[in-house]
Amino acid sequence: MVEAKIGLEIHCQLTGLQSKLFCPCKSDYRGEVPNTTVCPICLGLPGTLPLLNQRAVAFASMISLALGCKVQERVMFYRKNYFYLDLPKNFQITQYNAYGITSIGAEGKVELGTRSIRIRRVQLEEDPGRLIYENADVNSSFYTLIDYNRAGVALVEIVTEPDFDNPRDVRIFLNKVTSTIEHLGVCDTRLDGSLRCDVNVSLKGGKKVEIKNINSFRDVEKALGYEIARQKTMSIREIEVKSETRHWDDARKITIQSRSKEEEQDYRYFPEPDIPTIILGDQFISSLRAKMPELPDERKNRFLKDYTLSDHVAKVLIDNKELADFFESTIRLYPSSPNEIANWIISDLLGLVDDSRKEESSLLSGLGIKPKHIAELVKMIDQNKINRNIAKSILSQIARTGEMPSYVIDNMNASIIDSESKIAEAIDSIFKLEISAVRDAKHNPNATNFLLGKVMQMTGGRADPKITLNLIKARLAIMQ
Amino acid sequence: MPNHLYRLTANEVAHGIKNREFSAQEYISQILERIEKVDNKINAFIVVDKQGAMEKARSIDKRLHEGDYVGDLVGVAVGIKDNICIKELKTTCASKILEGYIPPYDASVIKRLKEKDAIVVGKLNLDEFAMGSTTEFSKYGPTRNPWNLDYVAGGSSGGSAASVAASECAVSLGSDTGGSIRCPSSFCSVVGLKPTYGCISRSGLISYSNSLEQIGPLGKTVLDVVMVMNAIAGIDENDQTTRPMTPTLPSEDIPTSNRLSKYTANQNKRNIDIGLVKELIEGADPVVSKCIYSAVDLFESSDCKCEETSMKSIQYALASYYTIATAEASSNLARYDNIRYGFDYNPEGYEWNTYFSNVRNNFGDEVKRRIIIGSYVLSAGYYGKYYLKAHMARERIRQEIKSLFEKFDVLIGPTMPILPFKIGEKLDDPLKMYQIDIDTVIANLAGIPAISIPIGFSNSLPVGLQIMADEMCEQTLFDVASFFEKIVDIRRSADI
Repeated sequence: MVEAKIGLEIHCQLTGLQSKLFCPCKSDYRGEVPNTTVCPICLGLPGTLPLLNQRAVAFASMISLALGCKVQERVMFYRKNYFYLDLPKNFQITQYNAYGITSIGAEGKVELGTRSIRIRRVQLEEDPGRLIYENADVNSSFYTLIDYNRAGVALVEIVTEPDFDNPRDVRIFLNKVTSTIEHLGVCDTRLDGSLRCDVNVSLKGGKKVEIKNINSFRDVEKALGYEIARQKTMSIREIEVKSETRHWDDARKITIQSRSKEEEQDYRYFPEPDIPTIILGDQFISSLRAKMPELPDERKNRFLKDYTLSDHVAKVLIDNKELADFFESTIRLYPSSPNEIANWIISDLLGLVDDSRKEESSLLSGLGIKPKHIAELVKMIDQNKINRNIAKSILSQIARTGEMPSYVIDNMNASIIDSESKIAEAIDSIFKLEISAVRDAKHNPNATNFLLGKVMQMTGGRADPKITLNLIKARLAIMQ
Repeated sequence: MPNHLYRLTANEVAHGIKNREFSAQEYISQILERIEKVDNKINAFIVVDKQGAMEKARSIDKRLHEGDYVGDLVGVAVGIKDNICIKELKTTCASKILEGYIPPYDASVIKRLKEKDAIVVGKLNLDEFAMGSTTEFSKYGPTRNPWNLDYVAGGSSGGSAASVAASECAVSLGSDTGGSIRCPSSFCSVVGLKPTYGCISRSGLISYSNSLEQIGPLGKTVLDVVMVMNAIAGIDENDQTTRPMTPTLPSEDIPTSNRLSKYTANQNKRNIDIGLVKELIEGADPVVSKCIYSAVDLFESSDCKCEETSMKSIQYALASYYTIATAEASSNLARYDNIRYGFDYNPEGYEWNTYFSNVRNNFGDEVKRRIIIGSYVLSAGYYGKYYLKAHMARERIRQEIKSLFEKFDVLIGPTMPILPFKIGEKLDDPLKMYQIDIDTVIANLAGIPAISIPIGFSNSLPVGLQIMADEMCEQTLFDVASFFEKIVDIRRSADI
């Protein structure tokens, strides 16, 4: 087995901020008319200066702490110089670890079961604008449109050391990071493009290949699987793996060589003179720690302790903050059976989620099921009012209608009359009213159906038709 | 009504208008006439905003008539270096690249000047993107020295100094990255201040080298410069490198009520400890150092202590300055790709890379030179050798200056090592041109304030004295400068 070395570069938009990283423009650009959430600063107009958003620094520091990083005393920004159409100033204000100056967070560690992943750095930087090509293929496009609404939105870049050796661990790690960011409330990871990931992968002794353009975290695992297989095949055939940047082709699910030759770029980093050095210090860090919300690991431990959940169940809940929140909201309504509730959420509730939805991070928004539904359902099971099979069918109805379980059950009871005596009463009355039809029915099956229809009509469609028909036939047989 | 209103100082203009001796409109029409008459010879202005100036004058007169409040700079004609943005007025940096650029916002200093009811009369010539020491590198042609039209006005704020010396405006704003206010002030016999780094907002100043440059005022008198400083200095939310205006003296010596006191130009301070920087005087042309020594005599005869001192780190100053300035410039000027704004140049038929390099070929030679040098000193493998070393040298200069100010109130020397020279004389040797910045770059590297004041003429050409003080000690500079101004009267208005 050839050993793989995988490292990640995660970009997380701080959608929890009201304004952009260096100007007062609205940070939420989604759905806005192009080039409307812009100002002279984020357009990089001559003479403008960046005005650092202090909350962004706090958010990035929280992420750093959550990922076990040291938060630096002195923080500076750097300019990364390169020419690109989506970059209004033709340089990006970012951070850089060199010459004794570091990014906000550095040297972190994330525990992943039995192993740990080292975090090289956590840094703040600005998002570029968005390019919209005429055609999907850049080269065949006659024009390119630029939307600067996204330009200047605050991004946190998380860089890991190449500590992964398989794609599965990468997925587990990404789930954990996503959940952490969600718990911190700094980023709504459900928004399209709010969380992006580049990966680099090399096989033992081989050159490093970077893969960009992986748009969803689910595809990261696939892209890595493909790339590892590709590199293995090449080394078996003794073809040298080049150090290069490849793109993930979302449609074909393969990695392809980048069109643009991204040779060793010289970014000419140097300290950004317009942003004074920020001194964070112990006091800032301890006040930040005090304000930090509960993190996934802490929450999981609490779940294990307070609700005596199994490790697996707790993990599934915690990995998706939406599920964990759903669980706790349900517990608040009905605290008696946490394990029953957890099982209903992770098996039955998740079973109702469309596979297509699983690609998205928002699992439950399409369903009509709320914590109050699960709470009532579990309560009814506990009270032996319904059994699990009935509860399951009730749940699937709630998913469509959003009705309360008790209401559904009442309706079901009303609609099905399966007691023979009750049906027999109805048949008695119909036989008395429809004497000629009863006579005909002795040799005409149509008349039998007519009688069935009448009984159904009388019971408002609630009689079980099968039982009813049998009873009618039996009654006719006796009369003969 | 006095005949030559245009010759008045800012202080005289503001008083005259406030006291209704003449109207803002009378004054401004004289200024506009004066510009009309002499600027074809001087070439100080790139744009004259006649309409805007007259409208503002009218509104001032109306408010005065109605007895409304007016600001401290009421009616004063101000010229603005054309690298400072004014809303809806062309801002070119004297470059083809920004020929068609009209900013959608006012620089913070412009907002403050407008609030004080100053009247902006136009945009002033400069070396392209403020890169130069003579105002010869302008797309709009060189600015000429009002004292002798064959000579350079100095630079890069040549228009700012020449317009004041030629009485085309009362005061002006320039920017100083390595001497760009003080050099032309010296060459044109006006007062020019480069304030402490962070003293004045740079928001709206088109960046050349962010860590070195400051906006500053130029005027005929120290008082005029002080008045403009009081209008524009101080912390600004649009520039996070600004600092609050702090008093010169250690804060415990200042009664709390005076904490917000403004700068003044009427102190008659005696017993000043003056350090004479040996290296600066020795490096100057003898005709210049002669003027400096007579200034020293005057100081000494007025109870000031003058003592020669040495600043060894000066030897690193020019190299450090040009390394840092060009590095920052190479990045600052990267944004000029003609996509969002710029000049008229149709992209039709070009692939992006070709279009981009064609566009950037429209920079002038000096700007191209500095972009190339700056990119080089930042590039991988050379960063440590040049850029980092330059910063170490800068730190050493800063430290040495700090220790000198433990001993002296101010340091003095010539502003420029040579007299103004003829237009075209040094154009073919960039290194020689860079060398004349030796005396001025120190203050930018150290972030300290420095002022150039007229101290006399040599061969009918102006000579300026540079006074440097510790950071945030602008008041000390004003004290020394106004003290000198009171003992000698040097001409500041050229006959033209």
